[in-house]
Amino acid sequence: MTENHHHHVKLPEGSIEKQTTTLNVGPTHPATHGVFQNIMELDGERIVSTESTVGYIHRAFEKIAERRPLYQITPLTDRLNYCSSPINNMGWHLTCEKLLGVETPKRVDYLRIIIMELARISDHLICNSIVGVDTGAYTGFLYVMQYRELIYEIYEEVCGSRLTTNIGRIGGFERNFSNTAFTKLEKFLKEYPSVLKEFENLFTRNRIFMERTIGTGAISAERALNYGFTGPNLRATGVDYDVRVHSPYSSYEDFDFTIPVGSTGDNYDRFLVRNEEMWQSLGIIQQAYRKIQEFKGEEAEVFHANVPEYYLPEKKDVYTKMEALIWHFKIIMGEVDMPKGEVYKSVEGGNGELGFYLISDGGRAPFRLHFRRPCFIYYQAYPELVTGGMLSDAIVTMSSLNLIAGEMDA
Amino acid sequence: MAVTNDLIQQKLTAKFGEGFFHFEESYGMLTIEAPKEQNLKVLQFLYEEEELAFRFLTDLCAVNYPDLPGRELAVVYHLHNLANNLRIRFKVFTGIENPDIFTASKLFSSANWMERETYDFFGVNFVGHPNLKRILNVDEMDYFPMRKEFPLEDQTRRDKDDEMFGRG
Repeated sequence: MTENHHHHVKLPEGSIEKQTTTLNVGPTHPATHGVFQNIMELDGERIVSTESTVGYIHRAFEKIAERRPLYQITPLTDRLNYCSSPINNMGWHLTCEKLLGVETPKRVDYLRIIIMELARISDHLICNSIVGVDTGAYTGFLYVMQYRELIYEIYEEVCGSRLTTNIGRIGGFERNFSNTAFTKLEKFLKEYPSVLKEFENLFTRNRIFMERTIGTGAISAERALNYGFTGPNLRATGVDYDVRVHSPYSSYEDFDFTIPVGSTGDNYDRFLVRNEEMWQSLGIIQQAYRKIQEFKGEEAEVFHANVPEYYLPEKKDVYTKMEALIWHFKIIMGEVDMPKGEVYKSVEGGNGELGFYLISDGGRAPFRLHFRRPCFIYYQAYPELVTGGMLSDAIVTMSSLNLIAGEMDA
Repeated sequence: MAVTNDLIQQKLTAKFGEGFFHFEESYGMLTIEAPKEQNLKVLQFLYEEEELAFRFLTDLCAVNYPDLPGRELAVVYHLHNLANNLRIRFKVFTGIENPDIFTASKLFSSANWMERETYDFFGVNFVGHPNLKRILNVDEMDYFPMRKEFPLEDQTRRDKDDEMFGRG
């Protein structure tokens, strides 16, 4: 006699009686734009609670950095906020320069500012156009992409790569900007304003977009500060904190620009702040380009500081000059020790204050390096931002916070 | 009156007494060290005192010093007075055998995940934390990988001579 086996799916205790639905958003959901997960409890379409899980692409950068000389850490910083890698690279160089006491020439500072502000524009461009996509408007995203492409071409002209740039060196750039780089920059400065204007026309007073973003994902200035918000997300709440102004680096004090702020801290204000910041960045780039053209003679050719201990000599000198060969060898083999000390240096990244806490015990590699990753810190406010709201608004909130999984997970 | 490093030292010493703190200045940033049992009281004072007003927690992380017996782990807070634009660094040290530190997550919501990260990588036990579990590493991990006792490369390898690479 055979027994009749019934195979039942075993449900967790209490799941039949439960009045809410559990929804797993992510880790690889098309709407999360990055590898992170939210386990949401929904009552209909309303979010009752959510728990965020991060760490899916953790790559142990802080550990790896403890065994690398300074110049080999730059590529690690590329992979934090990869929408604006050059800002991370520059932030890292500035941290090293602070520890080593390296003074950079003005022309280097201005070149860096051009690159950093281009990176800011491409970062905000992606973020804002993705907010558009998540509210149902794909056009803006496709329309602006060709200008991010142009920005990437400028990077490529300066450092040879596009996304993970490894741009610049301690003390300056690996080479001077080519004429093509400046030609492309001029093209960008000439054409981008009308594109940005058009982009704004598509969204800013668009009824559907406004309905979707105004009043959703809002946070007060007080809560935002307590949650460690920085960057556009903090400024959207009305706090005018910007590292470029509060702790100027790379000669930002020579530039004239304003810090746009919002008032409600919602998705719409974050969008507006980013758009206005792109206009400000354009202005900064124009000023920097003008300043660069004012350098004459030898000064107009300077692209790095004179720090032979840390700045790789030119290849043709390495092959022909003893001194250059020695420095090249010493730098590559990690024979150069850094001074002892502790520094904290931060820059205004695409999505907030990107900080580097570097402890040196006098060796070739950092004793400890900690990255202050802005979106890791402010993402913990996400449950507070979305609870009680609709699921579809939570998706928009997620993209308008400019969360970058690479940065979050380090 | 502008808030200066000197003023902070005066105020802290007046409140907590001589010899309570160890002060240092590194690259212009005042570094304050206090006994670990008092970390919350110091943070609270720095937060609430009208003139000091260190109300923004920029960063929280740990450092492992295996060569300092009884002080193997340091928890480092970077605080920012946004109104006067002044930053300070606040440190507490703890032994690795009993790495208990009071949580700052009641004072700063931002400390929640940063403390989880610090626990995850260094095993600092933040007493009173609402949800102290691993955040970036897998839950099953049974060690704290950023401690110096875990070298980055496999120490049994014999095919590489570290001396030749300046890593001895």
